[in-house]
Amino acid sequence: MDFAHSFALVLPELLLSFTGLVLLLAAAWGGDKAARQVAIAAAAGLFVAGFLLVPGLHFGTDGPATLAFGGLLKIDSFALFAKALIYLSAIAALMVAPAFFNSAAAGVERGMRAEYPVLILFAAVGMSIMVSANDFMSLYLGLELNSLSAYVLAAILRRDTRSGEAGLKYFVLGALASGILLYGMSLLYGFTGGTGFTAVRAGLTGEMGLGALFGVIFVLSGLAFKVSAVPFHMWTPDVYEGAPTPVTAFFATAPKVAAVALTARVVFEVFGAQVPAWQQIVMFTALASIIFGALGAIGQENLKRLLAYSSINNIGFILLGLAVANADGASAMLVYLFIYVAMSIGSFTALLMLRDDDGALFETFADIRGLSVTRPAIAWALLVFMFSLAGIPPLLGFYGKFVVFQATVEAGLVAFGAIAIAASVIGAFYYIKFVKVMFFDAPSGVVTGKSGAAHWSLLGLTALIISPLGYLLTPSLTDLADKAAASLFLAV
Amino acid sequence: MIGIEHYLTVGAILFVLGVLGIFLNRKNVIVILMAVELILLAVNINLVAFSAFMQDLVGQVFAMLVLTVAAAEAAIGLAILVIYFRTHGSIAVDDINRMKG
Repeated sequence: MDFAHSFALVLPELLLSFTGLVLLLAAAWGGDKAARQVAIAAAAGLFVAGFLLVPGLHFGTDGPATLAFGGLLKIDSFALFAKALIYLSAIAALMVAPAFFNSAAAGVERGMRAEYPVLILFAAVGMSIMVSANDFMSLYLGLELNSLSAYVLAAILRRDTRSGEAGLKYFVLGALASGILLYGMSLLYGFTGGTGFTAVRAGLTGEMGLGALFGVIFVLSGLAFKVSAVPFHMWTPDVYEGAPTPVTAFFATAPKVAAVALTARVVFEVFGAQVPAWQQIVMFTALASIIFGALGAIGQENLKRLLAYSSINNIGFILLGLAVANADGASAMLVYLFIYVAMSIGSFTALLMLRDDDGALFETFADIRGLSVTRPAIAWALLVFMFSLAGIPPLLGFYGKFVVFQATVEAGLVAFGAIAIAASVIGAFYYIKFVKVMFFDAPSGVVTGKSGAAHWSLLGLTALIISPLGYLLTPSLTDLADKAAASLFLAV
Repeated sequence: MIGIEHYLTVGAILFVLGVLGIFLNRKNVIVILMAVELILLAVNINLVAFSAFMQDLVGQVFAMLVLTVAAAEAAIGLAILVIYFRTHGSIAVDDINRMKG
């Protein structure tokens, strides 16, 4: 085993861990006064770590040269693609945070805490390990590093009743999900004789025994919990509503990317010899998520809750790409994932800009009535995101749905694609309600606060990506996604 | 003679008890934390039993990692519980319903 080679492969994680530890000390010494500097340093660390991924992403890496630490980790194009998205989402979560925590939105506990950027960094390290895991042990450690940081992030407003409740709910259900996943791993270890992905895959060929089948089902259930797919989605609306909005923006993007990438790697590389066994499970959860996400959102008044159901719906489409079970489907899934991240960052940034003079946030439909008159820029940006989430052309959200449906139809799964399209028509109802309330209702005039440059630049950038100009990105995005998907199928 | 199947049965019973403990318990969040630990220990019994049965050390290494993570998880769970108790003044499961829908 060549340690120098392994360390070179995990350089971004090393850099982030080191930055995280140093910033933890800085946070302990400097206290909350240093929060802003710590956040800037954390964002810089994430940026540099992301920059280190560029050569591998551009040229594409796969094969045995990507294995690190004796096959515990595998840093191939697929892992690099997911990591790039994770780091970008984490930077966005850092950019939107100070204005939120330093205003009345944070409640009695005004002022950003220096732990926030450090926790985001550790969560990013955990997610990096998750997406490059090639062994159930590294998978579990990465997953828990991410989850434990996320539980604390949800409860970071210590005097806020909703934040504490969100933290508690997320912790209990997240711990249960980890337990289920782990039980599945222990069964797979026992019935296949190894914890490495290649060993388990070799043990799962041919007729599957009852124990191994239970293992597969438990592992898939635990992963469905982490991606918040139906029937394991019940924690999502509560946690999204209760957690502070910058944290919700983070939960909707980076951990979703990591969990989806992890699920893709597990089903293709570990269960690759048993495609029919997992395909029907993933197809079921995909369609159920699309339908429940669309129906559950209809009666909601709280915008964060509505976006939670919207994210369940979007995860359904992403899993639909996965359920196609070929390289086209995986590539479509990655393209959709990128677009989903851009739309989520954009819509949560817009929600963070709905403030009064003191900075307190508004988050119900009643507050955004007539927003197009009082705050036209935010209203038009929200219109772009909502139409894009509904999949209305010519916005980029349409392209994401299009590539997923194309992969579904080409694989001969026309009936499932048709159900998904029908459900997305139902889903369009509440996205259009958003636009109707903003543009055609009498102004409520409560949204008066000004937003800082960080919010405006993020809003502008994501709106630009989602706008028809975003189609200029699609050739290079498809190229990257194809490379990533191909490296996933090399083991097959 | 106690064989692998006996260990697996104990593990399965503990796992089911843990899951039921989370869903059926209506009294106290501390009981939920104990149920989570029960699940993780059921997994450890499985791992160690398989490891001994197959004469393969990986399972025991995995069990050590699970123990470590379980300790961290319990610490964070209790910390969140303390925060929750300070704002709500109660840790009864039926009271955790500020958000619904």
